[in-house]
Amino acid sequence: MDRNHLKHQVLNMRRSLFDQLEELKDDANPNFVEEIVTLFYTDSARLIQNIEQALVNKPIDFVRLDDMLHQFKGSSSSIGAKKVKEACTQFGEYISAENAEGCTRALQLIKQEYAVLRRKLETYFQVYRWRDNLDKLRLHICSDLHKEPSGLAICEN
Amino acid sequence: MMENGFSSPRNDAFPAGLRVLVVDDDPTWLKILEKMLKKCSYEVVIARWHSDIFFSCFCMFLVTTSGLARDALCLLREKKDGYDIVISDVNMPDMDGFKLLEHVGLEMDLPVIMMSVDGETRRVMKGVQHGACDYLLKPIRMKELRNIWQHVFRKRIHEVKDIESLEGFECIQMPRCGSDESDDGYLFTGEDLTVRKRKESENKYEDRDSGDPSSTKKARVVWSVDLHQKFVKAVNQIGFDKVGPKKILDLMNVPWLTRENVASHLQKYRLYLSRLQKENELKTSVGGTKHTDSSKDSAGGFGLQSSMNMHHNDVSNGSYGFSGGNSFVQNVNPKSLEKKGSVSVPITEPKRALTVDIPDPCKARSSQIGFDSSFTPLGSQVDFTAFGSTIPTQYSWCDVPEVQLKNQTKSTQLEDGFSQLPPSRSQHQIQADPIKPAASISSGSSAGDGDIKTKFSDSQYRSNHINHATPVGSSVDSLPVQSKNHIANPQAFDPLSTTAWNMKNQGFNLSCISDLESTQRNINCGIESSFASLDEDLKSRWLHGDYLAMNPGLQDIDFLEYYDPGPFAEAPLHLCDSLRYDYDNLCEPTEYSIIDQGLFIA
Repeated sequence: MDRNHLKHQVLNMRRSLFDQLEELKDDANPNFVEEIVTLFYTDSARLIQNIEQALVNKPIDFVRLDDMLHQFKGSSSSIGAKKVKEACTQFGEYISAENAEGCTRALQLIKQEYAVLRRKLETYFQVYRWRDNLDKLRLHICSDLHKEPSGLAICEN
Repeated sequence: MMENGFSSPRNDAFPAGLRVLVVDDDPTWLKILEKMLKKCSYEVVIARWHSDIFFSCFCMFLVTTSGLARDALCLLREKKDGYDIVISDVNMPDMDGFKLLEHVGLEMDLPVIMMSVDGETRRVMKGVQHGACDYLLKPIRMKELRNIWQHVFRKRIHEVKDIESLEGFECIQMPRCGSDESDDGYLFTGEDLTVRKRKESENKYEDRDSGDPSSTKKARVVWSVDLHQKFVKAVNQIGFDKVGPKKILDLMNVPWLTRENVASHLQKYRLYLSRLQKENELKTSVGGTKHTDSSKDSAGGFGLQSSMNMHHNDVSNGSYGFSGGNSFVQNVNPKSLEKKGSVSVPITEPKRALTVDIPDPCKARSSQIGFDSSFTPLGSQVDFTAFGSTIPTQYSWCDVPEVQLKNQTKSTQLEDGFSQLPPSRSQHQIQADPIKPAASISSGSSAGDGDIKTKFSDSQYRSNHINHATPVGSSVDSLPVQSKNHIANPQAFDPLSTTAWNMKNQGFNLSCISDLESTQRNINCGIESSFASLDEDLKSRWLHGDYLAMNPGLQDIDFLEYYDPGPFAEAPLHLCDSLRYDYDNLCEPTEYSIIDQGLFIA
């Protein structure tokens, strides 16, 4: 596996997603981004569910819907999910127009974007961990080699 | 560490250690902001919305009746001069951000920064009108946060100017600035007070080594709770319509207060009241629904919350940093329910219980606040019990709210809760050394409440069981929940992890690991084959080693399931992530129970 290619791939993903979040990582929270993303998942899953529920109820409470959307929007902005956020804006317009059908469609769009986002994030983390793994693996092997002087001696011979 | 252009010499002392209170209902944002602010070397305290998100990975979504913004207020009142600046979100479930803004302006005169996703002009205008000194748009960049100290600085400078000019004249009409807050910078001529305040602020900044003029003079009219109460009393006496600053001043009979102080305060108060009316209308309709929700869904964030109060402060020495000026993040979740207002708890220090500014609806709230604030310290005690340390008498507090939650009518059970302490205590200690899996623990714990048993075994990772908990049962529940909370907070994680969890989860881990391994293998298929096999090999080796050693690596698996990776061993991380992603998609408690059963040895 081409190491540089991998690195490049990760970097590309990074730049498009978590620019500043990544920079917040430090020794105390080496997996800061993952933590944040997890938080986001749970929060957003709940919110989406709530929104769906609200749309099902008749008559639709647009005010409450607006609040929930706002929350969701805020949440998605935290990890820099631009497309989701844009979908939310569109949803918001339908809400102010009190267009129930439009809302449903917009919600579908949001869910779509959200699904895409999650897929991307998963891939990102896999690649990321993969790369980390690679590093650790290498370290592991090196340290193993160092532990076995006899092995080395044999090699030398 | 992020490098901005912010490297001026002034950067070292003054802005560093700035005490920031962050208020937001979105836990993701709270975490991000907390991190960012700490990177700026500010001291951060979070008023977080307890309930839901943190535990909802495996729990039912807990709906609570808030306490968020009230907690923030509570915190602020607790620690007068304890914070330099407040950052608050505009949209929060329990209290409007603008309202919080007003409260803070009325009572504490701190600079408040608003933030929101919504950047509409009229919103921003509203913010400024209510006295916000800044309005940030989410997503917030770190650069913006770096500069928030300017608001603190500016205020102080204004105050200095005010002091100087006022000392020349008795009563002076200062020109009104754009922000409301500067009005309260009016100074009283009472020299004693000025001197005292200067000394206070000097002491405070002494160890920060600051030679800044901003830190030396902090004399201003702080509208303390008592003062404000006098004010309100006077206003009510006069009659709201006929009120005027001079009349109020006379009635209040506070020598060092000037007419200007009162005038500006009155202005804020009026604004506040008008908003309050609107709020009340909303509240009565919303409050009703929230009540039912919380009674059903376990505001059992209660047991959670109480334990949540423990942060990375040492469990061992039983200290907690709530009121201490510690330099790490304090996650405080005192929780208040609407219901609690009905119970006036004598244990609360009278001072705290008394934070009433305003008529009735708020009274209930205030007593809740009092309740909450005293709850916090008690809540922190709960944690220690789980780890076998001594249980202080206040432990029953943890029980109390749950009792209330469970059943509104049981206000009398407060007393019962206390008398039940001894038995629950011993029981709890038994549970503190769990060696067997969940089911056995619950058998030891049940105080005759059959529900607990069944609930408990399913819901090790859930908090909805708290719904049915009796006071005794609740102590049981707080055990796992607690640790969950701890997990939720990575910083709290480390000191707590090892021993107790080891024993407890041993039963689970066996099945858990095999499941995880298989899932991980599935993922690994997508990875380049040679690497994958090598990887797996190593992982299983690590895993095996970890398991045998029963070190944190193992526990981490469980913790990941809970929610938060925290500082981890690599192998478990892999395994658990895949599992976690699965979990993410499952929000239904029913599904959880299936998973639980699948994973854990019953």
